[in-house]
Amino acid sequence: MSILVNKNTKVLCQGFTGKQGTFHSEQALAYGTQMVGGVTPGKGDQIHLNLPVFNTMRDAVKATGADASVIYVPASFAADSIMEAADAGVGLIVCITEGIPVRDMLNVKAALRANGAKLIGPNCPGIITPDECKIGIMPGSIHKKGKVGIVSRSGTLTYEAVHQTTHLGLGQTTCVGIGGDPIKGLDFIDVLQMFQDDAATEAIIMVGEIGGSREEEAAEFIKAHVTKPVAGYIAGQTAPKGKRMGHAGAIIAGGSGKAEDKIRALEAAGVVVAKSPADLGASVVEAIKRAGK
Amino acid sequence: MNLHEYQAKELLRAFEVPTPRGVVVENSGHVEVASSYIGGDRWVVKAQIHAGGRGKAGGVKLVNSSEELRTVADELLGKKLVTYQNAPDGQLVSRVLVEEVFGIARELYLSVLTDREHERVVVVASAAGGMDIEDVARDTPEKIIREVCDPLMGLQDFQCRNIAFFLGLKDKQIQEATRVLKALYKLYMESDLSLLEVNPLVVSDDGRLVALDCKVSVDDNALYRQKNLADKRDPSQDDPKEAAAHAAGLNYIALNGNIGCLVNGAGLAMATMDVIKLHGGEPANFLDVGGGATAETVARAFKIILSDDAVKAILVNIFGGIMRCDIIAEGIIKAVQEVGVTVPVIVRLEGTNVELGKQMLRDSGLSIISADGLTDAAIQAVAAAKGAAA
Repeated sequence: MSILVNKNTKVLCQGFTGKQGTFHSEQALAYGTQMVGGVTPGKGDQIHLNLPVFNTMRDAVKATGADASVIYVPASFAADSIMEAADAGVGLIVCITEGIPVRDMLNVKAALRANGAKLIGPNCPGIITPDECKIGIMPGSIHKKGKVGIVSRSGTLTYEAVHQTTHLGLGQTTCVGIGGDPIKGLDFIDVLQMFQDDAATEAIIMVGEIGGSREEEAAEFIKAHVTKPVAGYIAGQTAPKGKRMGHAGAIIAGGSGKAEDKIRALEAAGVVVAKSPADLGASVVEAIKRAGK
Repeated sequence: MNLHEYQAKELLRAFEVPTPRGVVVENSGHVEVASSYIGGDRWVVKAQIHAGGRGKAGGVKLVNSSEELRTVADELLGKKLVTYQNAPDGQLVSRVLVEEVFGIARELYLSVLTDREHERVVVVASAAGGMDIEDVARDTPEKIIREVCDPLMGLQDFQCRNIAFFLGLKDKQIQEATRVLKALYKLYMESDLSLLEVNPLVVSDDGRLVALDCKVSVDDNALYRQKNLADKRDPSQDDPKEAAAHAAGLNYIALNGNIGCLVNGAGLAMATMDVIKLHGGEPANFLDVGGGATAETVARAFKIILSDDAVKAILVNIFGGIMRCDIIAEGIIKAVQEVGVTVPVIVRLEGTNVELGKQMLRDSGLSIISADGLTDAAIQAVAAAKGAAA
């Protein structure tokens, strides 16, 4: 089992014939993802990577029955692409694009609340269920089918967690990069709930960072609703106040969003918090051991 | 991106929010023109820098004569003003804002911002104006009112009335506050701002509402469609290394340590700083070269890191996702050769073809140390920096 995506997930790519869309669709196909086509307005009669290209998402979903979409369009068009996917009835929208204006995301989120489609990202590496479905820019080769669910705000830190759990032989059920923006789709709590409900997921790693208070909310949720062992890491313990650390959402503003508060909240919820990302694997092993007592 | 106070007030005036009569001056020889335009015989001179705490640092002064106006402008212009927010370096004062003086009855606080927990735009107000709102929120939260705006409807009249009555405004001021609040909301939305703070909004002796000070931050992601705001950037207010990095398209933040960091990915870049600290070192910077790091971006990054004289060692931490490690190693070697790096470079590579990449680094004959894992890399970098410092 897994969450959100599996070998039956049919995936469309928006921005299919562009450089990013082409490269990552090739990688996804090589990984075995069931890519069923893509959308580039104006190129609707073409074949790209042996797959059909459509002018609109409405046409693409009608013709392919796709249930997921991945977006590789520039930031200025990304909000429109998310809305187009939602309107076409796609249940899972994965937006890789970085740099979408906050005002656009506020409107998108309000619209999606009414629509019901799930959004992952933006500004994220995507989602992968090892050996079944890779949607996004993560390197497929470091993953291994297994029992740890991973949810993270950072791409490269997700890879660290994946790499270590693969080497320890634990493997992963599904890895979800929720993205580094302040206003985003699925958040820690949504994904933690899914991992809690997924029979194959035996332990969870959550990687947070400075900015906002979603980690604190996640800690409350874990305390109340998650029975599986959880390990975590929070990036940005040495980050100065008031500076945006690369990710649009990674900023300590007005006393809130500090790493120490997040770490304290997670530890109080029984999460094993790694001091260094190099210890993520060891921490999940420790969390599993503690739960076994 | 932050704006200067005088730029923020230009925006306010464009949206018909009342501001004091004022003129911005770059040369103290021009203050007479400013004072005669404004009128009166007393003025306020305000240093224009991107930092709070100007008043306590001597950057805001009341002057009682033309001579004093000129003297104060002379003192401030061209100097670096150090406040508690930008210490120890301070920021250059290239302009002063000269404004009228009028009687003030009350000081209020207003701001518009995006609340990431509600995922809504929120208007915050308090009768405790002129103070640090974070202190007010912590010590006396009951003195703050927050109105959450529906994205479809925007800020409504009833919400403005909630705020106006909460602030103790009366009679015609209720309507005026509603007009001002709606103008601020419109400005915030149409200009893609991430913060619009009027602190204080004053009630004058004759009952007018006036924005006495104003702070504006623009959403960096929206600058592509806010060209007139993007043009207002003042690079002299940024750390010179940060300004150079911004021009080179790199994500760099200067810190006070001596170990330079070059990392791919923002999360990993933050984590690398943390790991250096964990092992007893101090990071000199945050630097994310992005996912598709090429030899050119790596070379540019090295140059910026090395422009910081404090740097005694450089830690390169790359998790080569789709990018192969041998290609990254090639880029690092090329960059170290081109830039002429003289401090020890400790490299931690992970991902596809990692062994080949490490071998290439070892065979390069340069002062590159190939580390086994992030912990080893941090320990070696801390040792190298301490060795160099000793």
